[in-house]
Amino acid sequence: MALEIVETCVNCWACEPLCPNRAIYEAAPHFLIDADKCTECLGDHAKPQCVEICPIEGAIVNELNEPMNPAGSLTGIPPQRWAAAQREIAAR
Amino acid sequence: MDLPVIASKAPLTPQGGCSAGSCGSTAGQLSGLSEEIRRKVEDHPCYSEQAHHHFARMHAAVAPACNIQCHYCNRKYDCANESRPGVVSELLTPDQAVKKTLAVAAAIPQMSVLGIAGPGDPLANPERTFATFRELAIKAPDIKLCVSTNGLALPDSVEELAKHNIDHVTITINCVDAEVGAKIYPWIFWQGERIRGIEAARILIEQQQKGLEMLVARGILVKVNSVMIPGVNDEHLKEVSKVVKAKGAFLHNVMPLIAEAEHGTFYGIMGQRSPSPAELKNLQDACEGDMNMMRHCRQCRADAVGLLGEDRGAEFTMDKVEAMEMDDAFLADAMAKRKALREQIAAENEAKKAKAHAPQPAGVAVVTIHRRTTTTDSGRPVLMAVAAKNGMVAEHFGHAREFLVYEATAAGAKLIGHRKTDLYCDGGDTCGDGESVLAKTIKALEGCEAVLCSKIGYEPWGELEAAGIRPNGEHAMEPVEEAVTAVWHEMLAAGLLNAPIAAETKRVA
Ligand code: SF4
Ligand code: SF4
Ligand code: SF4
Repeated sequence: MALEIVETCVNCWACEPLCPNRAIYEAAPHFLIDADKCTECLGDHAKPQCVEICPIEGAIVNELNEPMNPAGSLTGIPPQRWAAAQREIAAR
Repeated sequence: MDLPVIASKAPLTPQGGCSAGSCGSTAGQLSGLSEEIRRKVEDHPCYSEQAHHHFARMHAAVAPACNIQCHYCNRKYDCANESRPGVVSELLTPDQAVKKTLAVAAAIPQMSVLGIAGPGDPLANPERTFATFRELAIKAPDIKLCVSTNGLALPDSVEELAKHNIDHVTITINCVDAEVGAKIYPWIFWQGERIRGIEAARILIEQQQKGLEMLVARGILVKVNSVMIPGVNDEHLKEVSKVVKAKGAFLHNVMPLIAEAEHGTFYGIMGQRSPSPAELKNLQDACEGDMNMMRHCRQCRADAVGLLGEDRGAEFTMDKVEAMEMDDAFLADAMAKRKALREQIAAENEAKKAKAHAPQPAGVAVVTIHRRTTTTDSGRPVLMAVAAKNGMVAEHFGHAREFLVYEATAAGAKLIGHRKTDLYCDGGDTCGDGESVLAKTIKALEGCEAVLCSKIGYEPWGELEAAGIRPNGEHAMEPVEEAVTAVWHEMLAAGLLNAPIAAETKRVA
């Protein structure tokens, strides 16, 4: 069991120093998690540390490819509202 | 690499509104501070109106991570506390930041302050931030170091900050009430967990206040920044101002919220509006009280380089810096030049002080320490915008990236703020939609009755006049304060200043 960082990661470095297993590393175009090292923090922390600090929704996913921080959960922006704003910007 | 011309000498030969200090308002702005604090801020370009003519600051972007979320920030971009939204800085390693700082210090001898402010929260990246400070304290001990923070990790960092002789810390404090805070901060990362809501705001506020107290107890200067969010914390900021002043912050700087949907921030998407220039000024006036407001803060970019208002960052991108050869002899020579410049400026300041204290010939008005000028029956105060460069009225209206806003009275000109523009004419393709940008610029100049610039086109002239703002290109290449004072006297002579306009009367009363 391991988490994965995907392309929406903005390379903010916040997660890297927190990992108890040093599983997170800088890479291009974005940070990655070494699946062999990641334990999802079991035994070290009540909650996966990278997920707790990551500011970007959807940047970290589980083995089922589900976002650990789903859309709207961090910014408080309802996803429909976000979509509507993007449509409006595109139409300008 | 060009050696820069030293900042305008104009303020050094003061006349008219400028007679007692560089701006007439310098003493006013720093009055009420202890001698020790005054000495510390004397040559800090962000804090002293006097210093911002002669000294420069730079920011180094070494700190990418953040430990909280603010509703006006999108973490795809730089920390919105220290930068304008939508800006992405080139992230530097501590080694790169040191090299860049030395390169700038050598090329711009006025560079006196290095700040670490982003792209995230410097104290959420303690190793990177402190490694940079440690190196610089050894290699360029004459550079003042400062740091900006959201405050969450501040109490844990005070010890280390004191060690590095960092004498300026900026804390962004938007509230002292957790209920208000919960509307600004959706979450914080605290002891291994993401905490949300009122609890998150409560912890953040507690940490900020504790950090502020600890810094003051250590004799480290603290400036507080607040973001004015209409309907959320605008009224509350008066309370914040009182609290932070009582705890010993030496400056409280209220900045306007910037929120646009395209920045992808919570406030931008949810349609939270920004304050109008008039609302901002009213709040700043209300918070000013007997304390200093930093009216000339420009919300500069976190990787800005140069004298305030003239960003030379493009000369010092990391690839250019990496290519520079800087051996010991070169650096020693640069440090000597810096020392000579500081001594020269100090001598000029001394001379000015002596002159200000000398008895004045009859008939010459001495501008004394004044902060809030009251109306005299000779004419009401007038706000004027100036397209300035190096302290002179030297910018074309259409090329101005920002306007300095002065309050002109019989007593002289006082800098009260600045307004950003989206350059309406850049001589390129975007000039096609120049019209709407001109309209935006005119809106940004709301409340001003005149705009001084070196040149102005026919079309904007007409539109400005239509908006009740008198364009004036007749004082091109004159020192700003003198020009503003002169225009005020011209308006007075033309009989324009007799009837106090309603808003002004209210504010001055
Ligand atoms: S879940 Fe824990 S162990 Fe896995 S990468 Fe994140 S911090 Fe490291
Ligand atoms: S915290 Fe999130 S956005 Fe930042 S580097 Fe880690 S995965 Fe990427
Ligand atoms: S502290 Fe700065 S980087 Fe962090 S969320 Fe707030 S504005 Fe953004």
